[in-house]
Amino acid sequence: MIFYLLKRLLLVVPIALSVTVVCFSLVYLAPGDPLSAILPSDASAELIEKLKKDYGLDKPVPVQYAIWLGRALIGDLGTSIATGRPVTSEIGRAISNTLVLAFFGSLIGFALGVSFGTLAGYRQGSWIDKGVTAIAVAGVSVPHYWLGMVLVIIFSVILGALPAMGAGPSGGWAWDFEHMKYVLLPAITISVIPTAIVTRTVRALVADILGREFVTALRAKGLTDRGVFAHVVKNAAPTSLAVMGVQLGYLMGGSILVETVFSWPGTGFLLNTAIFQRDIPLLQGTILVLALFFVGLNLVVDLVQTALDPRIRRA
Amino acid sequence: MNTVVDDFSSSVLKNNSVAKATAGYWKTVFRRLLKDKVTVVCLLVLLAVVLMAIFAPLVAPADPFKGSILKRLLPFGSPGHLLGSDELGRDMLTRLIYGGRLSLVMGITPVISAFLVGAFLGIVAGFMGGHVNTAIMRTVDVFYAFPSVLLAVAISGALGAGIFNAMVALTIVFIPPIARVSESVTTQVRNLDFVEAARASGASSFTIIRVHILGNVLGPVLIYSTGLISVSMILASGLSFLGLGTRPPEAEWGLMLNTLRTAIYVNPWVAALPGTMIFIVSICFNLLADGVRSAMDVTQ
Repeated sequence: MIFYLLKRLLLVVPIALSVTVVCFSLVYLAPGDPLSAILPSDASAELIEKLKKDYGLDKPVPVQYAIWLGRALIGDLGTSIATGRPVTSEIGRAISNTLVLAFFGSLIGFALGVSFGTLAGYRQGSWIDKGVTAIAVAGVSVPHYWLGMVLVIIFSVILGALPAMGAGPSGGWAWDFEHMKYVLLPAITISVIPTAIVTRTVRALVADILGREFVTALRAKGLTDRGVFAHVVKNAAPTSLAVMGVQLGYLMGGSILVETVFSWPGTGFLLNTAIFQRDIPLLQGTILVLALFFVGLNLVVDLVQTALDPRIRRA
Repeated sequence: MNTVVDDFSSSVLKNNSVAKATAGYWKTVFRRLLKDKVTVVCLLVLLAVVLMAIFAPLVAPADPFKGSILKRLLPFGSPGHLLGSDELGRDMLTRLIYGGRLSLVMGITPVISAFLVGAFLGIVAGFMGGHVNTAIMRTVDVFYAFPSVLLAVAISGALGAGIFNAMVALTIVFIPPIARVSESVTTQVRNLDFVEAARASGASSFTIIRVHILGNVLGPVLIYSTGLISVSMILASGLSFLGLGTRPPEAEWGLMLNTLRTAIYVNPWVAALPGTMIFIVSICFNLLADGVRSAMDVTQ
C-alpha cells in the first residue's frame, strides 16, 4: 500500500505542474497586453516600461513562469487588479462558500443517486426502473442554470418560501437554520448532475452484482435479502464513492453558472468579476486553485477507492 | 467431373434459396432505429427545431429585433404575441425560433471540430504507438485536470467574450475525451488479426489506416461524439448566459435567459421559456445518441 501511495503521489506531480503551465499561459491567450487592463489609455512610454518591470513582464517568458510558480508555491498569487487585495485572500473567502455549496450539492446528489440507483437496480425492467432512467437522462440534459431559475420562480416568486439570492444575512456561511434556507435552492440545483450520474452508476453496479454467481450462491445458502443487500453495498461502495468524489470536484469547478443565478459569493462569482474586469491575476489564481483542488480530490478518491477495494491495487 | 460441379452449384443455389438475403448493416441499423419510438420522436422534434431555425424568416410571426416599450413583458396568449414578449417588447415566439440558429450552431460546431481534431490525434496516437502516443496522450491528460465547465469558462474568459471564442473554448474542452476514445478504440483494432493480415499481404500504412482503422474506429467515435452534443448545447448556452458568448441584441437561448432573469418577478414563465428550449433540444440529442448507440450495437 505504501509503495502504491508513493507511486500515485509521484504521478500527481507532473499533472499539477502542467496545470500551472496551462493557468500561466492563460495570460497569453488574453487579447492585447497583460497590462492593458490597468494602464490608462494615455499612459506614457516610461510608465509602461516601469510597470512592465514591476510586474516582471520585461523578462523572458520561462523566467516569468518560474517566478510566478515560485510565488504561487508559497501562496502568493499576486494582487487583484480589480480590488487591489491579494488574490489568495480573495480566493480563500470565496472558496469556502463554494465548498459549502458543493458539499450540500454532493450530499443531496449522493443520497438521491444511491436511493434511485439501488431501487432501479433491484427492480430492473419495472416501471420504477424506467422512471429512474428517465430522471437520470433528464438530470444530465437539463441546463442547470435554467433549473435554478425555475426553482426560484416556484419557491421564491410564487410561494415566497425561500430566498432567491445571496448566501445569507452575514454575507458568508454559518451553520444555522437561517443560512440553510439560502443554500437549499442552489444546492438542489447543483445536485441534479451528480444525482443523475450516481443513479446511473449505482443502478448498473447493483444490477451487475445481483446477477453474479456468488449472489445466487448466497441466496441458495439461505441468506436473507438483508444479508444479500449487505454484500451488494460492500461491492458497490468503492465505485459509487469514487464517482461521487469526482462529481464533488466537478461541482467545485462548475458552480459558476449556478452561483451566477443565485448570486452566491463563491469562486464562480469571483471568476465572473475576474473575466469582466479583465483581472488576469485573479482569473489565473482562481482557476489554478480550483484545478489543483480537482487534481488533489481525484488523488484522494483514487487512494480511498484502493483502500476500500484491494483488487485495484493488484491490477 | 461435370456432375461434381453441378452438385456443387446446385447445393449453393439451394443454400441461397434457404438463407434469406441479409440486409446491409446500415439498413438493419436504420430499421432498428425506426422501431425505437423514443428515438423517432426525438429525431422529429430536433428536425422541427432545426427546420424552424433555418427557415426562421418564413416561419416567425414578427421581427426578432423590433421591440416596443408599450408591449414589454406581455404574458402568454397576448394578442399578436402567442408566447408573450420579452423585456424590450420583442415577440417571444419569434425570438425563440430565431434563437435556435445561434444556439444550435454554437452547440454543434464545437463537437464537429473537436471530432475532427480529436479523432485525428487519437487515431495517430493509437496507430503509431510508442513515443508519439505518449506525447499526444499525456498532453491530452493535462486537460483532464480541469473540470469541463471551468476549462470552458477559463479559456473563453481569457480569450474574451464572443461567439467565435466561445466555440474555440468548447472545441478545446471536447478534444481530450474524443481523442481518448479514438486512441483506445484504435489501439484495440490495431492489434486485431485482420490488420496483421493486411500488413502481411503488403498493404501500406496509409491503406491500413484508411480501410481497416478508419472503417472500424470512426463509427464508435462518431456515436460517442453525438452524445457530447447535448452537453455542448448546455455549455454553449451557458457561456452566453454568463455573457461570454453572443451579445445583445442577438437572439440566442442562453443570452435570452440571462436578459430575462430580472423579469421573473413580472412574468416568470415567459422568462423561463428560452431555457425550456435548451432543455428540450439537449434531452432530444441525448436520447437520440442513446438510440443510435443501441441500434448500431447489432450484437444485442
